[in-house]
Amino acid sequence: MHELSIAEAIVAVAGRQADGRRVTKVHVKVGHLRQVVPSALSFSFGLVAEGTPVEAADLDLEEVPATGWCRRCEAESRLENFPLLCKTCGGSKLEILTGEELMVEYLEMEEETADA
Amino acid sequence: MHKTAVKKVVMEGVLDANDSLAKANREDFDRAGNFVVNMMSSPGAGKTALLEKTLEHLRGDPRLGVLEGDVQTTLDADRLARFHVPIIQVNTDSGFGGECHLDANMVRSGISELPLSDIDVLVIENVGNLVCPAEFKVGEDARVMVYSITEGEEKPLKYPLMFRSADLVIVNKIDLLEHLDFDLEQFLGNLDDVNPGVPRILASARAGEGIEEWCGWLRKKSGSTEPAT
Ligand SMILES: [Zn+2]
Repeated sequence: MHELSIAEAIVAVAGRQADGRRVTKVHVKVGHLRQVVPSALSFSFGLVAEGTPVEAADLDLEEVPATGWCRRCEAESRLENFPLLCKTCGGSKLEILTGEELMVEYLEMEEETADA
Repeated sequence: MHKTAVKKVVMEGVLDANDSLAKANREDFDRAGNFVVNMMSSPGAGKTALLEKTLEHLRGDPRLGVLEGDVQTTLDADRLARFHVPIIQVNTDSGFGGECHLDANMVRSGISELPLSDIDVLVIENVGNLVCPAEFKVGEDARVMVYSITEGEEKPLKYPLMFRSADLVIVNKIDLLEHLDFDLEQFLGNLDDVNPGVPRILASARAGEGIEEWCGWLRKKSGSTEPAT
């Protein structure tokens, strides 16, 4: 189950970037081609985050559809399943445009500030 | 004191930390002139048996080294000990879910104990798992997948992540073909659906089929010469 490995990596990135602050939300972009099961990732995230500055955070997953650009006919297609084929000409020589993302985009945190 | 909500834009790839360590490994390998194979498979697909046959066949040209990523036991490393090649076993059970793959950091700790300059080809035998190892670069030049025909025809479609990332697929246990209900054409078609035209070698680590072709691939990739005949 690679969601557990990915959750560990997300918690590590968020914990380091939080720099001691309490994280309330972690926004992660996940491309369709990464084969991540969102519910499994959320579950794993809850397990792994325990006892870290990310403990109380919501994991906010943004799923990015897979799209490709056809080198033969230059059309752009949404790619749902394998084989990855151009929807216009059926060609298989595609440049993947989106769908391989796996990125922590932003964090929301609580910061303690002195009252004015 | 009071609390304010703040937003911090991060834009950091989840696996960036791993990838930069993988790059450091790669630089060490390049400096030592190693061709590095990340060998991946399901459990029981026959990686260790394949390595035994490979070592018998290569006879030191090129010089092979092995980094084993098996869970806890040293059994696989014991099987290879008789070949007297550099072998290191890396413990993969150090974290939550850490048992399912090697990452760049584990490999980094392993290579510090290997005589890289005495090795031409380093085979990193990853943990038997069809999913997690595909996510983690370790600094390899090539990904080789060992697939046993006992696993059926559908796995490329179920686990496309790993099949897509392979540079070579060794279709193992091909000697069992006549005894199994396995449709080789259908499997190869599924493989081409996720990784069109990926090189493949039909092999049997038990019967020796395909070993010469695989060793030839290793020699060619590592820049080692064919043995004189
Ligand atoms: Zn097209």
